[in-house]
Amino acid sequence: MTRKDEAMTSRRSTPEPNASPSAPSADTAADAEQIGAPVTGRRRFLGYLLAGSTVVAAAPLVGSVLDQSKALAGGVPSNPQTSDNYDLSDAIYDAAKPTSDLITVQVHPDGTVSHEMVRTEVGQGVQTAIAMLIAEEMDVPLEKVRVTHADARPELVWNQLTGGSTSIGSQYYPVRVAAAIAKGALLEAAAHKLDLAASELTGQSGKILAPTGQVLSYGELAEEAATLQNKTVQAVLKPESEFKIIGKPTRRVDALDIVTGRKQFVTDFDMPDALPTMVCRPPTINGTVKSVNNAEDVQRMPGVTHVETITTGVAVRARTFGQCIDAIHALDVTWNPGPVAGTSDASIEKELKDAAPPWVLPAIPGTKTFEKEYTFAFTNNAPLEPATAIADVKEDSAEIWGAAKLPITAQADAAKLLGLPISAVKFHVVGSGGSFGRRLFNDGPLDAAEASQKMGAPVRMMWHRADEYRQGRGRPMQVSKIRAHHNGKDVLSLENRFMSVFTDWGHGFGDAAAAMYTRLPGAELAVSEVIFELTAVWPYNMGPTKQLLMETRQATEQPGAPRTRSTFNTGAMRQVYNPNVVAAQELFVDELANELDRDRYEFRRDLAKNEKFRKVIEKVAEAGNWGRSLPKGVAQGIGVHEEYKQYSACLVEVDCRPETVNRKVPGATTGPRVTRAVFVTTVARHLVNPLGAEAQLQGGIMDGISLAQTNSLHLRDGAFLEGSYDDFRYTRQWNVPLDVEVILLPEDPAAEVGGFGEVGVAPTFAAVACAIGAARGTYPDYLPISHNAGIPFEVKPHVPPIPQSPTNGLEHYPAPAKAKGTLHP
Amino acid sequence: MPERSFIVNGRQVTVDIDDDVRMLWVLRDVLGVTGPKYGCGINVCKACTSHINGRAFNPCSVPVSKIKPDDEITTIEGLGQPDNLHPMQKAWLEHDVAQCGYCQPGQIMAAVDLVKKVHAEGREVTDADIDTQMRNVCRCGTYYRIRQAIKDGAKQMQGS
Repeated sequence: MTRKDEAMTSRRSTPEPNASPSAPSADTAADAEQIGAPVTGRRRFLGYLLAGSTVVAAAPLVGSVLDQSKALAGGVPSNPQTSDNYDLSDAIYDAAKPTSDLITVQVHPDGTVSHEMVRTEVGQGVQTAIAMLIAEEMDVPLEKVRVTHADARPELVWNQLTGGSTSIGSQYYPVRVAAAIAKGALLEAAAHKLDLAASELTGQSGKILAPTGQVLSYGELAEEAATLQNKTVQAVLKPESEFKIIGKPTRRVDALDIVTGRKQFVTDFDMPDALPTMVCRPPTINGTVKSVNNAEDVQRMPGVTHVETITTGVAVRARTFGQCIDAIHALDVTWNPGPVAGTSDASIEKELKDAAPPWVLPAIPGTKTFEKEYTFAFTNNAPLEPATAIADVKEDSAEIWGAAKLPITAQADAAKLLGLPISAVKFHVVGSGGSFGRRLFNDGPLDAAEASQKMGAPVRMMWHRADEYRQGRGRPMQVSKIRAHHNGKDVLSLENRFMSVFTDWGHGFGDAAAAMYTRLPGAELAVSEVIFELTAVWPYNMGPTKQLLMETRQATEQPGAPRTRSTFNTGAMRQVYNPNVVAAQELFVDELANELDRDRYEFRRDLAKNEKFRKVIEKVAEAGNWGRSLPKGVAQGIGVHEEYKQYSACLVEVDCRPETVNRKVPGATTGPRVTRAVFVTTVARHLVNPLGAEAQLQGGIMDGISLAQTNSLHLRDGAFLEGSYDDFRYTRQWNVPLDVEVILLPEDPAAEVGGFGEVGVAPTFAAVACAIGAARGTYPDYLPISHNAGIPFEVKPHVPPIPQSPTNGLEHYPAPAKAKGTLHP
Repeated sequence: MPERSFIVNGRQVTVDIDDDVRMLWVLRDVLGVTGPKYGCGINVCKACTSHINGRAFNPCSVPVSKIKPDDEITTIEGLGQPDNLHPMQKAWLEHDVAQCGYCQPGQIMAAVDLVKKVHAEGREVTDADIDTQMRNVCRCGTYYRIRQAIKDGAKQMQGS
């Protein structure tokens, strides 16, 4: 259920998604005044009409407005933190400015409008939101708008990056400006044809209406409105008060294809020569091939066409993926150990704790020191579609199809790996079956390119699920140490030391040169520090506040190496550092409140650093009925965070009573059950699709629940043990709350653009961890809570590296024959 | 190679393929029926859930040799057509369930099977049924909308 806040603008309170657009209501303008938003007039931008056979319009970008929320005085004031005024989304928007004029919208004779987006659809709904922007600005029905993926375009430099929840923020104006220019050209062409002034004409549902009653369709004007040479033109954007589509809950444009099985992912492509290809991977992380001892035998197996050693292992190509799996089982490979051979959870945890920089804020005489330490296990991006790609590498050229969030880096890295100039490599971007950070890295496309080159044949590369856990990417182990000084009443200082295993930023931020810079020895930690500095924010006034990041196990690759293989395989997983930063922060705040004998909610409310934090804390407590009477063993928890210009808080109730914790679901890790989740967030202006935003928050809530309870990798002797989703326990239906409420507060006029792809995770994770601590009376200091409660699965062998498929599927549905799940933490 | 014959989405098909190749690969790599997705290959993630003779199964874990000539396999492509959707597909659209969409064919096929099963038992689908029977992984976390869609789809299936 989504409850819209009482003060919500009517734009978003429309209950029925995709309701037919009605005339702009008087409410809209009134609401804009009510929430204090500047009632913008017609905003003007410069853009271009490009020469072509039909209308092609292009556009520049304007900057975002800094969020200046009024500071609050409760508690001992904190120093301003970098992210208070300039955060990661600002950095990405600013980087996008110089080249965004290359974003185009084209009108076709069949009346459709097309746009090749320079963002990647990974499930977050960006394709739908961008189609909505175009439909709105052009007055064309949503179903007439076709949004596809642009190929890698190196000339876009910084502007082909999907990450940091910035897609809508960075595309909001360029796409609309291009659409407005295209519509303007259609109006001019119609005016010319009808011998009227363009100002007398109006666009509606893909048609231009004249006061004379004449009607011309966009399609029939598409060619006449084309220009022979590039022209600079002024675009006048539709005023927000006239919006009929932007801000309305709208269903996804790809939903019908999805529910009928027609949506195609890379491995679904009808390219019969690109045969299934998989890689036999090493038993330890980033191990290497010493020798392949039976390649010829394996090559003679049924269906197998090629066996070739590549950087990451031994690639096999066959008629079916099943025959690739058979070949991998038959391969006899001698391996060199990887760079982290011998490491384990315990040894890495010790390294992280030893790496903690000393405290710097001095102890104040007469105060007490309160200090806690929290460990977070390794985890994995684990999108359901594993790393995949199709590659067709010829002697002097290559063509690759893959799901890349940074296609320019993918193209440049593939070129380097193949020894080809960048211009000889075509990289076609394909939407993916999830990402959560996984598609920032091009492991699928690079494996595919290398295998195709060595085999001299096109390949359809796919990682096995076990490969993803064991050699894929995710957030590494992290330790958060937090120390406060207090006088029994007030908190006088706060320090946080956040230690993490190397986070790979080697993908750079959108262009090949930047990717190379982040791979310079020593540069990685600098990048991590910047990202941490831009995203970490302590929400409470606790005196002088210092948060510091330290990373261990840095990569040692030479500049320009396409892939980091000298340490753990990591990367920016959904919300990067913040799920663990915020969970530690809120656990600490809970424990500190208990130490000071304060109510955990009131403590947060009273120390909130600014009015927006206080507002979301108050709102979530009210909506979640904080403090209501609950049975022993059931408790509430609150998590608070600010990121992507939006302030959010989550309240959950978790049932930790034995009858719940020990409930039996065949083959399931059950444990505590989150029975209710209430999520409140402020909303930056320009929320395009509330239904999509709600979906992202609902999904983030499920991530948060799993991070608190069950979702981790166990590191033993340089390898991860997990090999399936029953081992790596992301939330399943048996741990889903039956009551999930998302509350979007009225648009915040001070925050121009926001993003929802990640924001749900951290506050929920924190709230669940706190609620479990409160219910049990003992707060967890190692997360997820199940991590050290045993290995509740049979560890699949690491040689061969992937499990064979069972043969008893007709007898076992829905639980597999081997389902285990006796752990009920 | 042995020839194997069976029915896929109402059409009799024949494939030349080794006995132990699992049905998921026969469908996807040989027949080009790509609605059932790969997510694990070991009967865990349920992304490939399809129906055999009207009941759900996971083709990743069934060798083609176990499929008989008169076995009728239905994948998401055979459940309903864009202009004639199955009530569960309609419910999925109504609730705007999908995010990335990769697991959704399997989710829908599993949901249809669950509802048929509980209706055959003369009762309505419960949250407990969904807890224990819907093992399908959705890594985007659309579980809450899946629950709503199953309950709505179940009502429409009863009426149809």
